[in-house]
Amino acid sequence: MATLTTQRGPDRSSTPTPARTTVRQRLSRLDVAVSPYLYITPFFLVFLLVGLVPLAYTVWVSLHRWTLGGPDPEFLGLDNYVRLLGDEVFWNAVGNTVAIFVISSSTQIAAALWIAVLLDSRIRARTTFRMGVLLPYVTSLVAVGVIFSNLFSDENGLVNAVIEGLGLDPVSWHRDQLPGWIAVATMVNWRWTGYNALIFLAAMQAIPRDLYESATIDGAGAWNRFRHVTLPMVRGTVIFVVITSSIGAMQLFTEPMLFTPGPGGNNGGPSRQYQTVVMLMFQESFSNMKLGYGATIAVALLVIILVIALMNFLLSRLIASDSVAPSRRRLRRRAEGGATR
Amino acid sequence: MNRTSRTFATVAGIAGLALVLAACGDDADSSSSADGDPSGSAEPEEVTLSVATFGTFGYEEAGLFEEYEQLNPHVTIEAIPPLDGGPYHEDLFTKLAAGGGLADVVAFEEGHIGRVLQQADKFVDLGADGPDTDGRWLDWKTSRATTPDGRLIGYGTDIGPLAICYNKELFAAAGLPTEPEEVAGLFTTWEDYFSAGRDYVAATGKPWFDSSTQMFNAMVNQLPEGFTNEDNEIIVDSNPAIREVWDQVTTAIEEGQSAKLAAWSPEWNQGFANGGFATQACPSWMLGVIEGAAGPDNAGTWAVADVFPDGGGNWGGAWLGVPLESDAREEAVALAAWLTAPEQQIKAFNSAGTFPSQVDALNSPDLLESTNEYFGQEVGSLFAARAEANGEAQHKGPFDGAIQENASSPALQAVEGGTSAEDGWQQFLDETARIVE
Repeated sequence: MATLTTQRGPDRSSTPTPARTTVRQRLSRLDVAVSPYLYITPFFLVFLLVGLVPLAYTVWVSLHRWTLGGPDPEFLGLDNYVRLLGDEVFWNAVGNTVAIFVISSSTQIAAALWIAVLLDSRIRARTTFRMGVLLPYVTSLVAVGVIFSNLFSDENGLVNAVIEGLGLDPVSWHRDQLPGWIAVATMVNWRWTGYNALIFLAAMQAIPRDLYESATIDGAGAWNRFRHVTLPMVRGTVIFVVITSSIGAMQLFTEPMLFTPGPGGNNGGPSRQYQTVVMLMFQESFSNMKLGYGATIAVALLVIILVIALMNFLLSRLIASDSVAPSRRRLRRRAEGGATR
Repeated sequence: MNRTSRTFATVAGIAGLALVLAACGDDADSSSSADGDPSGSAEPEEVTLSVATFGTFGYEEAGLFEEYEQLNPHVTIEAIPPLDGGPYHEDLFTKLAAGGGLADVVAFEEGHIGRVLQQADKFVDLGADGPDTDGRWLDWKTSRATTPDGRLIGYGTDIGPLAICYNKELFAAAGLPTEPEEVAGLFTTWEDYFSAGRDYVAATGKPWFDSSTQMFNAMVNQLPEGFTNEDNEIIVDSNPAIREVWDQVTTAIEEGQSAKLAAWSPEWNQGFANGGFATQACPSWMLGVIEGAAGPDNAGTWAVADVFPDGGGNWGGAWLGVPLESDAREEAVALAAWLTAPEQQIKAFNSAGTFPSQVDALNSPDLLESTNEYFGQEVGSLFAARAEANGEAQHKGPFDGAIQENASSPALQAVEGGTSAEDGWQQFLDETARIVE
């Protein structure tokens, strides 16, 4: 109402409006127009301060030869980026990161789905088990690293003891590439499988039970119920988990670092067998003091993550439109069926 | 990394606390002077000093912090839990570059001194602002922490005169002598040492030394020039002595002499206790490490021989400095001076084997007569003799720490993992070039 009167605007003419209404009106108009922005400002201010400014500063640093605690930075333009594109060590780290992601995600999602199905079925002490799978997630990452590093010890580790017990040759977990990837992926999985299982469980519980009943009546066994009911119904959640874990995997650092022999090592194996991008960034920045080149790697990592996020976005839209279409059709069919009946 | 951020939080917390305490102290002072009581102002202000060290310095073990607090009731010492050397120095240099978060007294190690000296302007000049330092330390110990323009940025704590430690039981089992005097005769030169290793491997099938990186570091430390010359030029590929050391060590790897354990890893620690290797390059501070790793059950198993192949050498040792950013500089300098004074150096030596760097301490009967119960030997006179043989510590450049950690050590580990010595050498050179760039 207030806005209406102002729009009609007797005050546009030369006659002044009574001050009483104007102040109130203006305040209330201001309130409506500005307040929401004011309320969300703190977030953006904080984001600007701790997110955007450091990001822009990183880009700025990446344009220099910037030695940690060294002489004044020297402007290089894009030289660092040119070097990065031809740097075998960087591409090796990218390869390691992607490989560890593929190994960990594929096994992790399969295991999490299986655990979720078990937790979704009627078992005793369900809540205990459901809380139990989350336990690895609350363990200190450093403790995980130390223990797994011992389990996968080349010389006297439990895993090698078992392998030798089976009559096979011991594996050089800390020195060879594929075993190193597997060991690091195992650490990641130990921590995240239970967490993802709970997310899948939540999605599974939202599946209408009558779907399972109909499937059972139609003669579907446990595998077919899982394959044709559960899996399609949790597809969106699987995509969500893949997206979040892919972004997390690109930033993988603590596990492989703790796995590197000798404390504080960022080399990821004697010849960078499992050095991830973030480890290389850390090594260049703080161990080799090349802050400029480290910042370049950080920016490259940001670009990689943005590309992956974009791919994920497109993929999930593609799959979402795929999965929405049949369900609409089904609804329509059901409605039509109802009408004929 | 959690540990680092926790340390940072602790430091920040302490700094905040120190500010509050300082403010309270000011209040008390001004009120007492208002009363016209001159004796009130003589009472020193309450102050909390944080001390950051790495590895084992022996201060905590010898109860030196409590002792200082008793002697100086106004001082509270906050000892920051020590990290291992590598992460500690990364943390130190990051905080130096960031200009905040440092403790009031910080330690830095010999391998990293070149890099600390590059930032000497961030430290208190102890030569000018502290107690007189003339002639108190071994000359080279002081000169290595002095900038070209004469600023002294660290009080020497310990030095690392090198000897050889060995496992008596394994020596006995292999038919080798076990008495330190006899063992010393086996290791006159590196050729002798590695040939004894060859025989040991042939006799027992077990590895002779712990890790090729430890041997390589000790041997390089012994050279007149290491990775960097006096002009701070990197000479890894042009210094033939380094290639010679590389060849000797990699040959020993091929002969099965190395236990291939990454130094400071859990497996390496276990190796001291379960007979994983027979010998170990032993700077004096290694005694504390061995005692901790081998544990009380193995007391008397390890011994140290008064010898180091081809003469002496120095490995490690540290300094205590006071960052300019400290809120309590004078108090921090006083604490650092006290901790590095001869009496305290001897106490630290008795607790952790950190060998004194002060001349008075080196000549003191307390040191020369000191025995190490765990080793069952008079180690004081032994290492004093090693220190005499050792001469000066080598010049370290700003990149030496990084070259050792990210170039030579991984390359040697690669050779231990099956890479050829020639490919490993190339990896060493490539990685060095990457660090120096």
